[in-house]
Amino acid sequence: MEQQITIEPVTRIEGHAKISLFLNDSGQVADARFQVTQIRGFEKFVEGRPFFEMPSLTARTCGICPVSHELASAKACDQLLAVTIPETAKNLRRLLNWGQLIQSHALSFFYLSAPDLLLGMDHPPETRHFLGIAAQDPQFARDGIRLRQFGQQVIERLAGRRIHPSWVVPGGVNTPLSEETRTDLLNDIPEVKNLALSHLQRFKQSLEQYQEYIEHFACFPSLYLALTNDANTLEHYDGRLRIIDQQGTLLKDSSSPTEYASWIGEAIEPWSYLKFPYYVPHGYPDGMYRVGPLARLNIAARCGTELADRELDAFRALQAGPIQSSFHYHYARLIEILYAVEMIENLLSDPAITDQRVRATAGVNNTEAVGMMEAPRGTLIHHYKVSNDGLIQWANLIIATGHNNLAMHRGILQAAQRYLGHGELHEGLLNRIEAVIRAFDPCLACSTHAVGHMPLDVQLIGPDGTRLKHIRR
Amino acid sequence: MTAAQILTLTIDGKHVSGLAHETLLQVALENDIAIPTLCCLEGLSNQGSCRLCMVEIAGTTKPQPACVTLIQEGMVVITQSENLRTYRRTIIELLFSERNHICAVCVANEHCELQTLARDLGVDHISFPGRYPALPVDASHDRFVLDHNRCILCTRCVRVCAEIEGAHTWDIQGRGIRSLITADFNSPWGQSTTCTSCGKCVQVCPTGALFEKGRSVAEMLKKRPSLPYLVSNRTREQQ
Ligand code: SF4
Repeated sequence: MEQQITIEPVTRIEGHAKISLFLNDSGQVADARFQVTQIRGFEKFVEGRPFFEMPSLTARTCGICPVSHELASAKACDQLLAVTIPETAKNLRRLLNWGQLIQSHALSFFYLSAPDLLLGMDHPPETRHFLGIAAQDPQFARDGIRLRQFGQQVIERLAGRRIHPSWVVPGGVNTPLSEETRTDLLNDIPEVKNLALSHLQRFKQSLEQYQEYIEHFACFPSLYLALTNDANTLEHYDGRLRIIDQQGTLLKDSSSPTEYASWIGEAIEPWSYLKFPYYVPHGYPDGMYRVGPLARLNIAARCGTELADRELDAFRALQAGPIQSSFHYHYARLIEILYAVEMIENLLSDPAITDQRVRATAGVNNTEAVGMMEAPRGTLIHHYKVSNDGLIQWANLIIATGHNNLAMHRGILQAAQRYLGHGELHEGLLNRIEAVIRAFDPCLACSTHAVGHMPLDVQLIGPDGTRLKHIRR
Repeated sequence: MTAAQILTLTIDGKHVSGLAHETLLQVALENDIAIPTLCCLEGLSNQGSCRLCMVEIAGTTKPQPACVTLIQEGMVVITQSENLRTYRRTIIELLFSERNHICAVCVANEHCELQTLARDLGVDHISFPGRYPALPVDASHDRFVLDHNRCILCTRCVRVCAEIEGAHTWDIQGRGIRSLITADFNSPWGQSTTCTSCGKCVQVCPTGALFEKGRSVAEMLKKRPSLPYLVSNRTREQQ
């Protein structure tokens, strides 16, 4: 008899979702669905608004990575103005983005995923959260908090506030960096660099004990998508879109910003509000690709900074060709934190960063534009069309989590088949499936459920709709 | 010319005096007694439409708008009471619920008179259902934008344009809750033949309804022109 298992809500992710597992007659998991149960409607309600509002308006998509939306949006708006923004403005935006990357990655690793890794997948859910970590390994918790705090301080010191700053504007940023902020942030670098390095070492040393998860947490070949630059180093802010195949061979480099639309298709399924982007030449759903830290490290030839490059070599040694296991998103995230700290240090060390020219002004000189950048979770695309007066007529936002949708499904199915053999339900097994999703660090909406008791409702439903089994936490 | 008649009265228990042609609001301000206002602006005619400056006058049953009520000898006035506070908060809440005020992403955020009043009066939520009307933005002017979503129909723009600039570009079209600010005979602002692009309407607008093009969120800091100064200079030059 066919059965269905539902995990709802999925916890310790940003947003709301549920998982449904469909069992076949012999009790094996035959299909998995990761359903996003919220609708936001941003693309619709921005219509008619002046484009100057867009960076701040679209930042409201998310409370974790508002900065990414601001930047992608501002980059699109720069093109509507048809200006080249001052180099300092560009570097200030980069700094802001790395601050955001550090805080978001630290949140994902230390707060959301560490409970599974440090306490164990089968640890009682009542204490399997960040406070549980703080009780067991206070230093680890403190370090995580400090790293995240540093990222937030970068944002706050540059932009005036941690969440939803309105500092990034079309044409640049609205205030230059003060000498005082530059020195203060530079003073913090040695400490946070040490923290980033030591947790990377600790994670590497513990890899052996996660072998089981490495092999079964969304571990499969796929395409990878990220931004890349001419030097082929890790790129989060600028550059062009690149997609590679499972062997690491280049499939496509975009030649113009609007070109993405011809090779990224967006499929829609009636049971989820999250769209399913795919690589058009390979069709749906075979054109599955991954984005984010793992994809970025698989695509870049080098990071471009000393310490991160050393770590990238070790990372590459894990496997010939692109790294396939989504478990290694965690690893990639830690390398990116280190890279971001090094880059922040590099940029702040150059006194030109306090230059006073940080904004270009102009009217509407283009009526269509695409802004792309690498958000912590992957490539973020903002595509706008405006009237001659600069009012938004149409907008398309492709969010990082969306890109990973197909891969997350595949990953859930893989883990479910491994861990939910014959319809047996127990908490630790279900948590493993959730942990696969957490490896992708999906940001489904704009809320964070970092700490606390989240109800988890798991149901086993027969084909006639009757509930066969039910566990709740 | 007859000597101005001086009247005495009591405002909030304080004995004050003023000239017979002065309003309650003027005399209160001269004596550092704060009364909230929104549609009123020094140098423009008063029309008493926002009703925020309502005060209680002994001997009358209904509150009266201080900006258009002339002082009288022996008047006893109360500008702050629980009733008036409730009344003023309700007005602010109704203004918010009438159109689409999304302060966080508004050009006037942190520089908005409506927002400041709401904060001063402790309005931290709206107990009326929002109407969320679908209203257009007129960005057809080269330098300025009119966003009906943020307009509270205070008509400062209408008055400053007609009374000070002398262009009379702005007017009100429609009635009641469907009223809208309109340029010339309902033409896009950019096509107005009367507008001189002086920008006074933008600078006197208390909210984010009129703003300079190219301003991002929270960047529209209004530079209020000194209207009485303008008026006196212009009058002198005509003489
Ligand atoms: S006009 Fe004022 S009250 Fe209205 S949204 Fe803008 S800031 Fe808020």
